[in-house]
Amino acid sequence: MSVFEVFISAIFVNNIVLSQNLGNCPYLGCSKEKGVALGMGTSVIFVTVMATLCTWVVQKYLLVPTHLEYLQTLVFILIIASLVQFVEMFLKKAIPPLYASLGIFLPLITTNCCVLGVTLLVQREQYDLLSSLLYAFATGAGFLLALLLMAGVRERLETCRVPRALAGTPIALIMAGIMSLSFMAFKGMV
Amino acid sequence: MNRFMQELTKGLWKELPPFRLLLGLCPVLAVTKSASSGIGMGMAVLFVLTLSNMLISMVRNIIPSKVRIACFITISATLVVAVELLMQAYAYPLYLQLGIFVPLIVVNCIILGRAEAFAAKNPVHLAIADGLGMGLGFTMSLTFLGSIREILGAGTWFGHPVMWDGFQPFTIMVEAPGAFLCLGLTLAAMNYGTHRQIMKKSREGSEELPASPCGGCRACAMGRNKD
Repeated sequence: MSVFEVFISAIFVNNIVLSQNLGNCPYLGCSKEKGVALGMGTSVIFVTVMATLCTWVVQKYLLVPTHLEYLQTLVFILIIASLVQFVEMFLKKAIPPLYASLGIFLPLITTNCCVLGVTLLVQREQYDLLSSLLYAFATGAGFLLALLLMAGVRERLETCRVPRALAGTPIALIMAGIMSLSFMAFKGMV
Repeated sequence: MNRFMQELTKGLWKELPPFRLLLGLCPVLAVTKSASSGIGMGMAVLFVLTLSNMLISMVRNIIPSKVRIACFITISATLVVAVELLMQAYAYPLYLQLGIFVPLIVVNCIILGRAEAFAAKNPVHLAIADGLGMGLGFTMSLTFLGSIREILGAGTWFGHPVMWDGFQPFTIMVEAPGAFLCLGLTLAAMNYGTHRQIMKKSREGSEELPASPCGGCRACAMGRNKD
Protein backbone atom coordinates (compact mmCIF):
# COMPACT_ATOMS: atom_id res chain seq x y z
CA MET A 1 0.00 0.00 0.00
CA SER A 2 1.38 3.37 -0.92
CA VAL A 3 1.98 6.13 1.59
CA PHE A 4 -0.84 8.18 0.16
CA GLU A 5 -3.32 5.34 0.45
CA VAL A 6 -2.47 4.66 4.10
CA PHE A 7 -2.98 8.33 4.77
CA ILE A 8 -6.33 8.73 3.04
CA SER A 9 -7.61 5.45 4.39
CA ALA A 10 -6.79 6.29 8.01
CA ILE A 11 -8.20 9.80 7.89
CA PHE A 12 -11.36 9.34 5.82
CA VAL A 13 -12.24 5.75 5.01
CA ASN A 14 -11.45 4.15 8.36
CA ASN A 15 -11.77 7.23 10.50
CA ILE A 16 -10.95 6.15 14.02
CA VAL A 17 -13.99 7.75 15.65
CA LEU A 18 -16.62 7.73 12.96
CA SER A 19 -16.10 4.32 11.44
CA GLN A 20 -14.16 2.30 14.02
CA ASN A 21 -15.91 3.69 17.12
CA LEU A 22 -12.73 4.28 19.10
CA GLY A 23 -11.98 7.28 21.28
CA ASN A 24 -15.58 8.28 21.87
CA CYS A 25 -15.23 9.70 25.37
CA PRO A 26 -13.00 12.65 24.37
CA TYR A 27 -14.94 12.94 21.11
CA LEU A 28 -18.09 13.76 23.08
CA GLY A 29 -16.42 15.36 26.10
CA CYS A 30 -13.90 17.67 24.43
CA SER A 31 -15.90 18.92 21.47
CA LYS A 32 -17.69 21.90 22.99
CA GLU A 33 -15.21 24.54 21.78
CA LYS A 34 -12.91 24.59 18.79
CA GLY A 35 -9.88 25.67 20.84
CA VAL A 36 -10.18 22.80 23.25
CA ALA A 37 -10.82 20.38 20.40
CA LEU A 38 -7.69 21.55 18.63
CA GLY A 39 -5.56 21.14 21.77
CA MET A 40 -6.95 17.72 22.54
CA GLY A 41 -6.55 16.57 18.95
CA THR A 42 -2.96 17.70 18.63
CA SER A 43 -1.96 16.14 21.93
CA VAL A 44 -3.59 12.89 20.83
CA ILE A 45 -1.60 13.00 17.55
CA PHE A 46 1.61 13.56 19.49
CA VAL A 47 0.94 10.86 22.07
CA THR A 48 -0.23 8.33 19.46
CA VAL A 49 2.89 8.73 17.33
CA MET A 50 5.24 8.57 20.33
CA ALA A 51 3.37 5.59 21.79
CA THR A 52 3.45 3.73 18.48
CA LEU A 53 7.18 4.30 18.20
CA CYS A 54 7.88 3.04 21.74
CA THR A 55 5.54 0.07 21.65
CA TRP A 56 6.71 -1.03 18.20
CA VAL A 57 10.32 -1.11 19.37
CA VAL A 58 9.44 -2.85 22.62
CA GLN A 59 7.32 -5.46 20.84
CA LYS A 60 10.00 -6.20 18.25
CA TYR A 61 13.09 -6.24 20.46
CA LEU A 62 11.76 -7.24 23.88
CA LEU A 63 8.48 -9.14 23.81
CA VAL A 64 8.96 -11.28 20.69
CA PRO A 65 12.53 -12.52 21.47
CA THR A 66 11.52 -13.44 25.04
CA HIS A 67 8.18 -15.03 23.96
CA LEU A 68 6.14 -12.74 26.18
CA GLU A 69 3.65 -11.62 23.53
CA TYR A 70 0.75 -12.35 25.84
CA LEU A 71 1.87 -9.47 28.08
CA GLN A 72 1.36 -7.05 25.15
CA THR A 73 -1.68 -5.32 26.63
CA LEU A 74 -0.10 -4.82 30.04
CA VAL A 75 3.22 -3.52 28.72
CA PHE A 76 1.62 -1.22 26.13
CA ILE A 77 -0.71 0.47 28.59
CA LEU A 78 2.13 1.11 31.03
CA ILE A 79 4.24 2.67 28.27
CA ILE A 80 1.32 4.89 27.27
CA ALA A 81 0.62 5.92 30.86
CA SER A 82 4.19 7.07 31.42
CA LEU A 83 4.26 8.89 28.08
CA VAL A 84 1.12 10.80 28.95
CA GLN A 85 2.62 11.78 32.28
CA PHE A 86 5.60 13.15 30.37
CA VAL A 87 3.44 15.16 27.96
CA GLU A 88 1.50 16.55 30.89
CA MET A 89 4.66 17.75 32.64
CA PHE A 90 5.92 19.23 29.38
CA LEU A 91 2.70 21.17 28.73
CA LYS A 92 2.49 22.40 32.31
CA LYS A 93 5.96 23.87 31.97
CA ALA A 94 5.89 25.07 28.37
CA ILE A 95 2.29 26.07 27.51
CA PRO A 96 0.35 26.76 30.74
CA PRO A 97 -2.80 28.21 29.06
CA LEU A 98 -3.27 25.06 27.00
CA TYR A 99 -2.65 22.97 30.10
CA ALA A 100 -5.32 24.93 31.94
CA SER A 101 -7.90 24.51 29.20
CA LEU A 102 -7.31 20.78 28.70
CA GLY A 103 -7.39 20.26 32.45
CA ILE A 104 -8.93 16.96 33.31
CA PHE A 105 -8.79 15.54 29.80
CA LEU A 106 -5.03 15.24 29.56
CA PRO A 107 -4.69 12.40 32.09
CA LEU A 108 -7.65 10.87 30.30
CA ILE A 109 -5.55 10.40 27.15
CA THR A 110 -4.19 7.38 28.99
CA THR A 111 -7.64 5.87 28.92
CA ASN A 112 -8.32 7.08 25.38
CA CYS A 113 -8.86 3.88 23.48
CA CYS A 114 -7.68 5.64 20.36
CA VAL A 115 -4.04 5.51 21.53
CA LEU A 116 -3.95 1.92 22.79
CA GLY A 117 -6.15 0.90 19.86
CA VAL A 118 -3.69 2.24 17.30
CA THR A 119 -0.68 0.55 18.94
CA LEU A 120 -2.55 -2.78 18.98
CA LEU A 121 -3.92 -2.42 15.44
CA VAL A 122 -0.44 -1.72 14.13
CA GLN A 123 0.77 -4.98 15.66
CA ARG A 124 -2.18 -6.93 14.27
CA GLU A 125 -1.67 -5.53 10.78
CA GLN A 126 2.10 -6.16 11.10
CA TYR A 127 3.14 -2.84 9.61
CA ASP A 128 6.85 -1.98 9.48
CA LEU A 129 8.09 0.92 11.58
CA LEU A 130 7.71 3.64 8.96
CA SER A 131 4.17 2.76 7.92
CA SER A 132 3.26 2.29 11.60
CA LEU A 133 4.31 5.83 12.40
CA LEU A 134 2.55 7.14 9.33
CA TYR A 135 -0.60 5.23 10.21
CA ALA A 136 -0.46 6.57 13.77
CA PHE A 137 -0.09 10.14 12.56
CA ALA A 138 -2.89 9.80 10.04
CA THR A 139 -5.20 8.23 12.59
CA GLY A 140 -4.50 11.05 15.02
CA ALA A 141 -5.21 13.53 12.24
CA GLY A 142 -8.50 11.76 11.55
CA PHE A 143 -9.37 12.07 15.23
CA LEU A 144 -8.55 15.78 15.15
CA LEU A 145 -10.70 16.23 12.05
CA ALA A 146 -13.69 14.49 13.63
CA LEU A 147 -13.26 16.50 16.83
CA LEU A 148 -13.05 19.83 14.97
CA LEU A 149 -16.09 19.06 12.82
CA MET A 150 -18.07 18.14 15.90
CA ALA A 151 -16.94 21.25 17.78
CA GLY A 152 -18.01 23.42 14.86
CA VAL A 153 -21.48 21.91 14.81
CA ARG A 154 -21.87 22.04 18.57
CA GLU A 155 -20.89 25.70 18.77
CA ARG A 156 -23.72 26.48 16.35
CA LEU A 157 -26.05 24.25 18.31
CA GLU A 158 -25.64 26.35 21.45
CA THR A 159 -27.95 28.96 19.95
CA CYS A 160 -30.54 26.55 18.55
CA ARG A 161 -33.73 25.33 20.11
CA VAL A 162 -33.42 21.64 20.86
CA PRO A 163 -36.25 19.51 22.28
CA ARG A 164 -35.69 19.15 25.99
CA ALA A 165 -35.22 15.41 26.00
CA LEU A 166 -32.60 15.63 23.27
CA ALA A 167 -30.56 18.46 24.78
CA GLY A 168 -26.92 17.75 25.55
CA THR A 169 -25.52 14.31 24.86
CA PRO A 170 -28.39 12.71 22.89
CA ILE A 171 -28.35 15.34 20.15
CA ALA A 172 -24.55 15.17 20.03
CA LEU A 173 -24.73 11.40 19.52
CA ILE A 174 -27.34 11.73 16.79
CA MET A 175 -25.20 14.30 15.02
CA ALA A 176 -22.23 11.97 15.34
CA GLY A 177 -24.38 9.33 13.69
CA ILE A 178 -25.19 11.61 10.76
CA MET A 179 -21.54 12.61 10.45
CA SER A 180 -20.53 8.97 10.49
CA LEU A 181 -23.13 8.30 7.80
CA SER A 182 -21.56 10.92 5.57
CA PHE A 183 -18.10 9.45 6.17
CA MET A 184 -19.44 6.11 4.94
CA ALA A 185 -19.51 7.71 1.51
CA PHE A 186 -15.70 7.48 1.47
CA LYS A 187 -15.93 3.68 1.53
CA GLY A 188 -14.58 2.14 -1.62
CA MET A 189 -12.28 5.08 -2.25
CA VAL A 190 -9.22 3.00 -1.35
CA MET B 1 -26.36 -6.56 54.31
CA ASN B 2 -28.79 -3.79 53.52
CA ARG B 3 -25.95 -1.60 52.31
CA PHE B 4 -24.67 -4.49 50.19
CA MET B 5 -27.98 -4.80 48.35
CA GLN B 6 -28.14 -1.05 47.91
CA GLU B 7 -24.72 -0.90 46.23
CA LEU B 8 -25.63 -3.92 44.13
CA THR B 9 -28.90 -2.56 42.80
CA LYS B 10 -27.84 1.02 42.12
CA GLY B 11 -25.91 -0.12 39.04
CA LEU B 12 -29.02 -1.76 37.61
CA TRP B 13 -31.10 1.37 37.16
CA LYS B 14 -30.24 4.49 39.14
CA GLU B 15 -26.64 4.69 37.96
CA LEU B 16 -26.88 2.38 34.95
CA PRO B 17 -23.32 2.65 33.57
CA PRO B 18 -23.42 3.56 29.88
CA PHE B 19 -26.72 5.47 29.95
CA ARG B 20 -26.65 7.40 33.21
CA LEU B 21 -22.92 7.75 33.75
CA LEU B 22 -21.86 7.84 30.08
CA LEU B 23 -18.68 5.93 30.81
CA GLY B 24 -17.03 3.36 28.60
CA LEU B 25 -18.76 4.33 25.40
CA CYS B 26 -16.38 2.74 22.89
CA PRO B 27 -17.33 -0.90 23.48
CA VAL B 28 -20.96 0.19 23.87
CA LEU B 29 -20.90 1.62 20.37
CA ALA B 30 -18.55 -0.78 18.67
CA VAL B 31 -19.44 -4.30 19.78
CA THR B 32 -23.23 -4.04 19.96
CA LYS B 33 -23.63 -5.22 16.37
CA SER B 34 -25.46 -8.27 17.67
CA ALA B 35 -27.05 -9.29 20.94
CA SER B 36 -24.64 -12.18 21.47
CA SER B 37 -21.48 -10.11 21.11
CA GLY B 38 -23.05 -7.53 23.42
CA ILE B 39 -23.61 -10.13 26.10
CA GLY B 40 -20.10 -11.56 25.62
CA MET B 41 -18.47 -8.16 26.01
CA GLY B 42 -20.66 -7.44 29.02
CA MET B 43 -19.60 -10.65 30.74
CA ALA B 44 -15.92 -9.90 30.14
CA VAL B 45 -16.35 -6.43 31.64
CA LEU B 46 -18.34 -7.87 34.56
CA PHE B 47 -15.50 -10.27 35.35
CA VAL B 48 -12.76 -7.64 35.17
CA LEU B 49 -14.76 -4.99 37.02
CA THR B 50 -15.73 -7.21 39.95
CA LEU B 51 -12.24 -8.61 40.44
CA SER B 52 -10.49 -5.27 39.98
CA ASN B 53 -12.85 -3.61 42.47
CA MET B 54 -12.15 -6.40 44.95
CA LEU B 55 -8.36 -6.27 44.56
CA ILE B 56 -8.17 -2.48 44.62
CA SER B 57 -10.33 -2.33 47.72
CA MET B 58 -8.03 -4.88 49.40
CA VAL B 59 -4.87 -2.88 48.73
CA ARG B 60 -6.42 0.59 49.09
CA ASN B 61 -4.66 1.33 52.38
CA ILE B 62 -1.23 0.23 51.17
CA ILE B 63 -1.03 2.22 47.92
CA PRO B 64 0.31 5.79 48.25
CA SER B 65 -2.22 8.15 46.71
CA LYS B 66 0.26 9.67 44.26
CA VAL B 67 0.81 6.48 42.31
CA ARG B 68 -2.66 5.05 42.73
CA ILE B 69 -3.77 5.49 39.10
CA ALA B 70 -0.74 3.58 37.83
CA CYS B 71 -1.47 0.80 40.32
CA PHE B 72 -5.13 0.63 39.29
CA ILE B 73 -4.17 0.39 35.63
CA THR B 74 -1.65 -2.37 36.34
CA ILE B 75 -4.24 -4.37 38.27
CA SER B 76 -6.92 -4.04 35.60
CA ALA B 77 -4.44 -4.72 32.78
CA THR B 78 -3.36 -7.94 34.51
CA LEU B 79 -6.98 -9.03 34.78
CA VAL B 80 -7.62 -8.19 31.14
CA VAL B 81 -4.66 -10.33 30.09
CA ALA B 82 -6.22 -13.15 32.13
CA VAL B 83 -9.57 -12.65 30.38
CA GLU B 84 -7.84 -12.64 26.99
CA LEU B 85 -6.14 -15.96 27.71
CA LEU B 86 -9.35 -17.48 29.13
CA MET B 87 -11.33 -16.39 26.08
CA GLN B 88 -8.74 -17.78 23.72
CA ALA B 89 -9.00 -21.10 25.54
CA TYR B 90 -12.76 -21.42 26.05
CA ALA B 91 -14.57 -18.94 23.78
CA TYR B 92 -12.40 -18.53 20.71
CA PRO B 93 -15.17 -17.54 18.23
CA LEU B 94 -16.28 -14.79 20.61
CA TYR B 95 -12.68 -13.65 21.00
CA LEU B 96 -12.36 -13.30 17.23
CA GLN B 97 -15.69 -11.51 17.02
CA LEU B 98 -14.78 -8.93 19.66
CA GLY B 99 -11.28 -8.56 18.21
CA ILE B 100 -9.33 -5.57 19.41
CA PHE B 101 -12.00 -4.64 21.93
CA VAL B 102 -10.96 -7.35 24.39
CA PRO B 103 -7.55 -5.80 25.17
CA LEU B 104 -9.26 -2.40 25.04
CA ILE B 105 -11.22 -3.26 28.20
CA VAL B 106 -8.14 -1.91 30.01
CA VAL B 107 -8.88 1.60 28.85
CA ASN B 108 -12.62 1.34 29.41
CA CYS B 109 -13.28 4.36 31.62
CA ILE B 110 -15.78 2.43 33.69
CA ILE B 111 -13.10 0.19 35.23
CA LEU B 112 -10.87 3.07 36.27
CA GLY B 113 -13.87 5.23 37.11
CA ARG B 114 -15.33 2.74 39.61
CA ALA B 115 -11.87 2.04 41.05
CA GLU B 116 -11.28 5.71 41.71
CA ALA B 117 -14.79 6.68 42.72
CA PHE B 118 -15.77 3.66 44.78
CA ALA B 119 -13.32 0.81 45.37
CA ALA B 120 -10.55 3.06 46.64
CA LYS B 121 -12.78 4.39 49.42
CA ASN B 122 -14.92 1.44 50.52
CA PRO B 123 -14.46 -1.95 52.23
CA VAL B 124 -14.10 -5.13 50.20
CA HIS B 125 -17.65 -6.50 50.34
CA LEU B 126 -19.19 -3.21 49.21
CA ALA B 127 -16.65 -2.88 46.42
CA ILE B 128 -17.58 -6.36 45.18
CA ALA B 129 -21.28 -5.44 45.29
CA ASP B 130 -20.58 -2.27 43.34
CA GLY B 131 -18.55 -4.15 40.74
CA LEU B 132 -21.20 -6.83 40.34
CA GLY B 133 -24.04 -4.33 40.08
CA MET B 134 -22.26 -2.08 37.60
CA GLY B 135 -21.07 -5.07 35.58
CA LEU B 136 -24.57 -6.51 35.42
CA GLY B 137 -26.01 -3.14 34.44
CA PHE B 138 -23.38 -2.83 31.74
CA THR B 139 -24.16 -6.33 30.42
CA MET B 140 -27.88 -5.53 30.39
CA SER B 141 -27.40 -2.28 28.51
CA LEU B 142 -25.09 -3.86 25.94
CA THR B 143 -27.50 -6.73 25.38
CA PHE B 144 -30.37 -4.27 25.03
CA LEU B 145 -28.58 -2.10 22.47
CA GLY B 146 -27.25 -5.19 20.68
CA SER B 147 -30.77 -6.62 20.46
CA ILE B 148 -32.24 -3.44 18.98
CA ARG B 149 -29.46 -3.12 16.44
CA GLU B 150 -29.53 -6.79 15.50
CA ILE B 151 -33.32 -6.94 15.15
CA LEU B 152 -33.55 -3.77 13.06
CA GLY B 153 -30.30 -4.23 11.19
CA ALA B 154 -30.39 -7.92 10.38
CA GLY B 155 -33.89 -9.07 11.32
CA THR B 156 -32.52 -11.64 13.76
CA TRP B 157 -32.17 -11.96 17.53
CA PHE B 158 -29.31 -14.07 18.88
CA GLY B 159 -29.04 -15.42 15.33
CA HIS B 160 -32.69 -16.49 15.01
CA PRO B 161 -34.93 -14.71 12.51
CA VAL B 162 -37.67 -12.82 14.37
CA MET B 163 -39.11 -10.40 11.84
CA TRP B 164 -41.90 -11.10 9.38
CA ASP B 165 -41.27 -12.38 5.85
CA GLY B 166 -40.22 -9.77 3.36
CA PHE B 167 -38.76 -7.55 6.10
CA GLN B 168 -36.05 -5.32 4.68
CA PRO B 169 -33.26 -4.99 7.26
CA PHE B 170 -31.87 -1.47 7.83
CA THR B 171 -28.27 -2.40 7.19
CA ILE B 172 -27.23 0.95 8.57
CA MET B 173 -28.12 -0.13 12.09
CA VAL B 174 -25.31 -2.68 12.23
CA GLU B 175 -22.81 -0.18 10.83
CA ALA B 176 -21.06 2.57 12.77
CA PRO B 177 -23.75 5.29 12.28
CA GLY B 178 -26.43 2.99 13.68
CA ALA B 179 -24.53 2.75 16.95
CA PHE B 180 -24.53 6.52 17.45
CA LEU B 181 -28.16 6.93 16.42
CA CYS B 182 -29.35 4.04 18.56
CA LEU B 183 -27.54 5.22 21.70
CA GLY B 184 -28.60 8.83 21.15
CA LEU B 185 -32.27 7.92 20.78
CA THR B 186 -32.17 5.59 23.80
CA LEU B 187 -30.68 8.38 25.91
CA ALA B 188 -33.31 10.80 24.66
CA ALA B 189 -36.07 8.35 25.58
CA MET B 190 -34.61 7.95 29.06
CA ASN B 191 -34.32 11.71 29.51
CA TYR B 192 -37.93 12.11 28.42
CA GLY B 193 -39.08 9.49 30.90
CA THR B 194 -37.13 11.03 33.78
CA HIS B 195 -38.38 14.50 32.93
CA ARG B 196 -41.99 13.36 32.91
CA GLN B 197 -41.55 11.70 36.27
CA ILE B 198 -40.19 14.92 37.76
CA MET B 199 -43.05 16.92 36.27
CA LYS B 200 -45.59 14.48 37.68
CA LYS B 201 -44.06 14.69 41.13
CA SER B 202 -43.98 18.47 41.10
CA ARG B 203 -47.63 18.58 40.01
CA GLU B 204 -48.53 16.44 43.00
CA GLY B 205 -46.69 19.00 45.09
CA SER B 206 -44.46 16.44 46.78
CA GLU B 207 -41.28 17.77 45.23
CA GLU B 208 -40.19 20.95 43.49
CA LEU B 209 -38.39 20.91 40.16
CA PRO B 210 -34.63 20.82 40.67
CA ALA B 211 -33.79 24.39 41.53
CA SER B 212 -31.73 26.32 39.04
CA PRO B 213 -31.32 30.08 39.05
CA CYS B 214 -32.12 30.57 35.36
CA GLY B 215 -35.27 28.48 35.40
CA GLY B 216 -33.74 25.36 33.92
CA CYS B 217 -32.40 26.68 30.63
CA ARG B 218 -30.61 24.43 28.21
CA ALA B 219 -27.11 25.39 29.34
CA CYS B 220 -27.79 23.97 32.79
CA ALA B 221 -29.21 20.80 31.30
CA MET B 222 -26.07 20.36 29.25
CA GLY B 223 -23.92 20.92 32.29
CA ARG B 224 -25.90 18.32 34.19
CA ASN B 225 -25.66 15.79 31.40
CA LYS B 226 -21.92 16.16 31.25
CA ASP B 227 -21.41 15.10 34.86
